[in-house]
Amino acid sequence: MTQALLVIVLAVLVVLGFLGSLVVGPAALTSVTSLSALFGGENEAARIVMQEIRLPRAILGAMIGATLGLTGATLQGYLRNPLADPGVLGISSTAALGAVLAIFTGASAAWVFALPAAAIVGAGVAVILLRILAGQNAGTLTLILAGVAISSLAGALTTLTLNLSSNPFAALEIVFWMLGSLTDRSMLHVWLAAPFMLIGWFCLLATARALDAMTLGADVAQTLGIDVKRAQALIVGGAAVSVGAATAVAGAIGFVGLVVPHLLRPLVGAQPSRLLIASALGGAALVLAADIAVRIIEPTRDIKLGVLTALVGAPFFLWLVLKTRREAL
Amino acid sequence: MFFMRLAWLAVVTWLFLLIRAEATETAPKRVVSMNLCTDQLAMLLAAPGQLYSVSYLAGRADASVLAERAADFVTNQGLAEEIFLMKPDLIIAGTFTTRATVNLLKRLKFRVVEFSPANSFKDIEANVSRMGELLGRPTAAAAAVAEMRRELATWSAAEKSRALTALYYANSYTSGGNTLASEIVRRAGLENLGDKLGLKGTSRLPLELLVTGRPELLVKGRRHGSSGSRSTAVLEHPALIAATTRSERVLLSDRYWICGAPFTLQAVRNLARAARQVVH
Repeated sequence: MTQALLVIVLAVLVVLGFLGSLVVGPAALTSVTSLSALFGGENEAARIVMQEIRLPRAILGAMIGATLGLTGATLQGYLRNPLADPGVLGISSTAALGAVLAIFTGASAAWVFALPAAAIVGAGVAVILLRILAGQNAGTLTLILAGVAISSLAGALTTLTLNLSSNPFAALEIVFWMLGSLTDRSMLHVWLAAPFMLIGWFCLLATARALDAMTLGADVAQTLGIDVKRAQALIVGGAAVSVGAATAVAGAIGFVGLVVPHLLRPLVGAQPSRLLIASALGGAALVLAADIAVRIIEPTRDIKLGVLTALVGAPFFLWLVLKTRREAL
Repeated sequence: MFFMRLAWLAVVTWLFLLIRAEATETAPKRVVSMNLCTDQLAMLLAAPGQLYSVSYLAGRADASVLAERAADFVTNQGLAEEIFLMKPDLIIAGTFTTRATVNLLKRLKFRVVEFSPANSFKDIEANVSRMGELLGRPTAAAAAVAEMRRELATWSAAEKSRALTALYYANSYTSGGNTLASEIVRRAGLENLGDKLGLKGTSRLPLELLVTGRPELLVKGRRHGSSGSRSTAVLEHPALIAATTRSERVLLSDRYWICGAPFTLQAVRNLARAARQVVH
């Protein structure tokens, strides 16, 4: 499949997912009513529902999905490991820890950008730790172990913070932070996270050529004229900023960055640079589809998004582990 | 003849003493309460010196109506070890009090009585009567019930605005049918949106349904605790604010709504007062 065709097909899927996300919801609105209410009109309640509840949810679904897909593809190219994913490597968990600390110390109430900033710092710490613990040529085992260690520590500290809170609802929020949810997000969350996600995307997309060269190894890439250190900084920074912002508003959504690049790699001829855009679009489509599914399965309850991505992603992850083992033999 | 009279007098005296003895012996002398609602009922009805300890929640001004009175009693954290050391002759708990603790206290051969939460004014009357009976204070309990009935009768006669009211708490929860909150709304002459949508008990009300429901009165939950939490973020959601600009807004004073007791009528009074501001 040519690159152009693939991109068009994925873009169409994203658009369909976006429209689907706009028309699904507990309020009984027909598709026509809802889409027209998006642009205003006399039905005040429908307009509020569309502009303030469903639109931000759809936008965030698409952007967060794109972030996770893009980051997954980049990390897999950079670490040259098929099991790299922001969730598996603990980046989302540390971002969630940062966000929780920002909320419970009241920093996010004092300055609104404290929330994404803290999450970005958390994500950054994880990426740097991974680099230190696993190095660039790390085997799968070392990398996953590093990810598990970081994830566990971040999860434990998040739970501790929530338990120490004086707020009676705090302990329940661990579910949101560990599984992620887009329920009742508002345009405020969009404005909070979108700038950082866009910055992250630019950084990551700029490393496309470098990633291609690095498949041959860092030394060869250097001789090809690629500034490996700059590429590294862009990847670390881009991943931290975009995943941090995404996690700050929606919690840690796992497995998207793992599943999407794997599904699309055969279609782009295993070339990392071409995989980036494809994974971004694929990730957006996947998260939008999952978000539609949680609302169709149980419209009145708040099923967490991470439940569905884990139901798809975890078996896929197990299959990958088995495949890697077989190939290693 | 004289001996018959004497015998009869002896029997009557014995019976009298027996009944009096029973009356004073069955009234517990050292009562410990482990649940916020039973704390408050006990504080209202107990004889001086009868109630020894109440739970720590009874002293919190945001949760307890009788918070100041709770300072007169020893505070317990609802743990079996500390209650064991208090050597109570009656322990009062709620049906939702930590099962492990209640079961352990029962195993330790304490007399543990459990009260279920009140979901209606009928339940409140039943709980008050039962508490009076347990503490050996039936007249005080009967007086409280009579006072409640008298006031409720005047409310039934009062003007009903039938305004559509939405109750909205942290994490998008509302009180549907068969809850005390719903009963308070009904007695204030209003219609509960949660009830209208067919929700039962405390359950989740999606924000979209609240917006399309167009309530005329919004009873909003408060922020809890000093540290932030995402749970009350939905109460500041732009969609909620936009949908209720023309509605009357009331902040929930939890302490009157949590526990079913004679002071629950204050919640009805507050709500009815707010309802008078609603213009149809």
